[in-house]
Amino acid sequence: MYDLATAALDTAKIRGASYADVRVMHLRQRDLTTKNGEVGTLAQSESIGLGIRVLANGAWGFASTDRLTREGVAACAAQAVSIAKASALAKREDVVMAPEDAYVDSWQSPFRKDPFEIPLETQLALLLAADAEMRRVRGVTLTETDMQFRKIDSWFASSIGSRIHQSKVITGCGIVATSFQGDEIQKRSYPNSFGGQHALQGYELVESLDLLKHAPMVAEEAVALHSAAQCPQKAGTLILGGSQLGLQIHESIGHPIELDRVLGQEANFAGTSFLTLDQLNKLRYASDIVNVVADARLDHGQGLGTFAYDDEGVPAQCTDIIKAGQFCGYLSNRETAHLVGLNRSSGTMRTESWNRLPIIRMTNVSLLPGTWAFADLLSDTDDGILMETNRSWSIDDRRYQFQFSTEIAWEIKGGKRGRMLKNPSYSGITTEFWNSCDAICKREDWTLWGTPNCGKGQPMQTMGTGHGASPSRFRNVRIGAAFSKQ
Amino acid sequence: MSPSRKSSQAVSAKPAAKLQQQLMGERELRGIADTVLRLAKSLGVAETEVHVDENISALTRFANNAIHQNVAEHTLNVSVRTQVDQRTARVTTNRTDEDSLRAAIEASLSLAHSQPKNPHLLPVPGKQRYRGVNRFVKQTAALTPEDRARAVRRACDLAIKNGQTAAGIFSSAQAQSAMGNSRGLFAAYRDTHAVFSITMQEGSAASWAKENAASVTEIHPQQLAERASEKAHRATDPRELAPGRYTVILEPAAVLDLVGFLFYDFAATAVRDKRSCFNERMGKQVFGKNIHIEDDVYHPLQLGAPFDGEGIPRERVLLVDQGVPKNLVYSRASAKIAKKKPTGHGFMLPNEYGEAPMNLVFAGGKASLDEMIASTERGLLVTRLWYIREVDPYEKIMTGMTRDGLFLVEKGQVTSAARNFRFNQSILEMLRNVEMMGPAVRATGEEAFEMVVPAMKIRDFHFSEVTKF
Repeated sequence: MYDLATAALDTAKIRGASYADVRVMHLRQRDLTTKNGEVGTLAQSESIGLGIRVLANGAWGFASTDRLTREGVAACAAQAVSIAKASALAKREDVVMAPEDAYVDSWQSPFRKDPFEIPLETQLALLLAADAEMRRVRGVTLTETDMQFRKIDSWFASSIGSRIHQSKVITGCGIVATSFQGDEIQKRSYPNSFGGQHALQGYELVESLDLLKHAPMVAEEAVALHSAAQCPQKAGTLILGGSQLGLQIHESIGHPIELDRVLGQEANFAGTSFLTLDQLNKLRYASDIVNVVADARLDHGQGLGTFAYDDEGVPAQCTDIIKAGQFCGYLSNRETAHLVGLNRSSGTMRTESWNRLPIIRMTNVSLLPGTWAFADLLSDTDDGILMETNRSWSIDDRRYQFQFSTEIAWEIKGGKRGRMLKNPSYSGITTEFWNSCDAICKREDWTLWGTPNCGKGQPMQTMGTGHGASPSRFRNVRIGAAFSKQ
Repeated sequence: MSPSRKSSQAVSAKPAAKLQQQLMGERELRGIADTVLRLAKSLGVAETEVHVDENISALTRFANNAIHQNVAEHTLNVSVRTQVDQRTARVTTNRTDEDSLRAAIEASLSLAHSQPKNPHLLPVPGKQRYRGVNRFVKQTAALTPEDRARAVRRACDLAIKNGQTAAGIFSSAQAQSAMGNSRGLFAAYRDTHAVFSITMQEGSAASWAKENAASVTEIHPQQLAERASEKAHRATDPRELAPGRYTVILEPAAVLDLVGFLFYDFAATAVRDKRSCFNERMGKQVFGKNIHIEDDVYHPLQLGAPFDGEGIPRERVLLVDQGVPKNLVYSRASAKIAKKKPTGHGFMLPNEYGEAPMNLVFAGGKASLDEMIASTERGLLVTRLWYIREVDPYEKIMTGMTRDGLFLVEKGQVTSAARNFRFNQSILEMLRNVEMMGPAVRATGEEAFEMVVPAMKIRDFHFSEVTKF
């Protein structure tokens, strides 16, 4: 693959590019779903191609091709240079890139069981068995299960001499029970909603989740929600389960710290950010106990944001985002690093596929574990609501005001988990919410959750991101507004 | 707030000779499909279906009054579904040599054999007849990076002149798809489309305008830039209003992005699965009597192929008549279960979702936006909505934010900008409260695919919270 990449780089240079980088990528995916005891989707796909990004006349151009011949990639490189020169017709200043070393390396993400080697019969049998377990529960009207496996090989080459091969294996799976009764649709998911848990792991992830054991509980809770009390509308104490907190981190910390948003590059689509450059090292983002990092290193865990190098050839790093409540870091790339006084990219350029331009993306943006045991957190809460598993999420285009609803909640009274509540929701302003955090659970309750469906960019790219979180408590939060009538 | 007509020139048309890249001819496309069918037959596959999709697209992206991303792609995908002994599976590849196509067929067979029989699986359909549609515009296919850059430059120059900052996209694409199967069905479709979208920022205020059409001659970048610029200026110094119920005037993009969340509820499979808001509501007065919705791929303002993922011709379907949901759409499988005719809205098999109407057309009214404003004692004019998500699937309560231009209307006039609100609003209730409608137009937003919808004046729209800007 490096021969083709080098041919593309050579053409770009001859055509006038001052810098170029190339990604040859081979993506394979398998999707399995069941619905109501029958196989739903059973599909596999592969895609291979080359994308080249060039700087010419001080401006960017990008082109991609699936014609993987010398002629094909040369034509693609020439097109990229031509596009860059057109970009220069509407530039204000030349692009400046932070320096970076050249690397020659090869990296394979760790996994124990290759999901593509596990017999399909085994995979389908597990999903159909979990589906059957959920359907045993009276009142369940729809059951769904899914597994998704991906293998991504990428060969990166740049005009500064990098040659980096990375190979990743990604696994995801989950189950959902839905119940329609009266004028209500309720559902429960395990281990998370919208496809379950996803990680940079092999089939061992599926085995570790024990879908069969959890299926009956998922179904019973979906039905029980119909007779649960409506979540009240009030300002009060909120405890969030880990997966919901992971999405809260994603929306109210992960996106605002993307430097391309901060600089207005996403103003037309994904939006901008309230974290303007003057806020760095000044804003009290959260309470003292809150520490957040963006960590793409394997040391942090096998998350959807874990890699050895980003798609700009920059090694994986850990960046402090919030330290003891203080805002202290952005997600940057080689083009934007100097704008926040850095002399190096934080290594967050990622691309969905060979035919997409790398853009700044979250890696694993995680809330570091705290000091509380979960049982102690509950017993320390006199009057609160525990919410688990996301049902809907929404936040404004500058990432101030958010509203989340979850599948289920429980009252906490006198330190004990009480009655079930349905239709829970909470809302607030990002910094007020994070400053109200007064307890974070320990490492034992910490999970690196995978968000496989983060959309950003034009053309739209879908990217997987990781978010480590443990159950945490927030005070004086607005609860129940989603169902208010006034 | 009507769009300015001062400089309405569209992007100049080009002769076909200037085409940058061209799609394959239909004969070549059909050749790939025939190769797959021949190889599958030689491998003894009982039934085979093949889709071939080709896309050539380019997108110029600008921000801070300059182009910062500029991309192009050319993709070709072949998707093969084999069916043997009541079992089926799909494999997709972008390698089109014979060995790769044979490997895809074999992989599909292997996947298919690994599952239990599906008693509901139907044989692939035979030959069909399709109504012709012509949605390929050579001028769109001929658009060059330089054409896009010049239009962007003019828009950015306007921003600079007005002390504003522009961001947006200008894209163009040509695409074609063909499908064939082992019973002789063959269908092919090609189209083009162009999009210009612009956000103008003035201080902390912003506004937005966007067009999407098959023909680039119907895209007016400078007019959109002027409209967004004027509204961004009017959006400065927003007032903070109390949350509550307001009369709203939703511009077409705002209507589109909300009602777009209804489309899957019209699927027969969704109703059968009891996850549609029309479950137990068909034939009842769900909406106001002024609501009329069809699915019509042949509407002159619509785009899309005249056949579905199974190769069945798309039919025009009356979905809602005088506020009453009348009909659903059906794939072949869901039609058989319901003892109905398939309507040509099925997704590619295998899938668990069945079908959906993809070409919604709302009947409009005659009121202009100015007339809606003039008739409003106190209300809000909404340019665009953002980050809409479903809070309650049966009552169809949606949450989301206003964005890029929210204006207070008092005594028939726009009096100031307002800080953006969060809404929690049932779409069912909203479509019972429509007081006035404008003419239906081809609207484009970011949350839903393009539809033909009118601007709407709606009473008692529920805003629950306000944000900081």
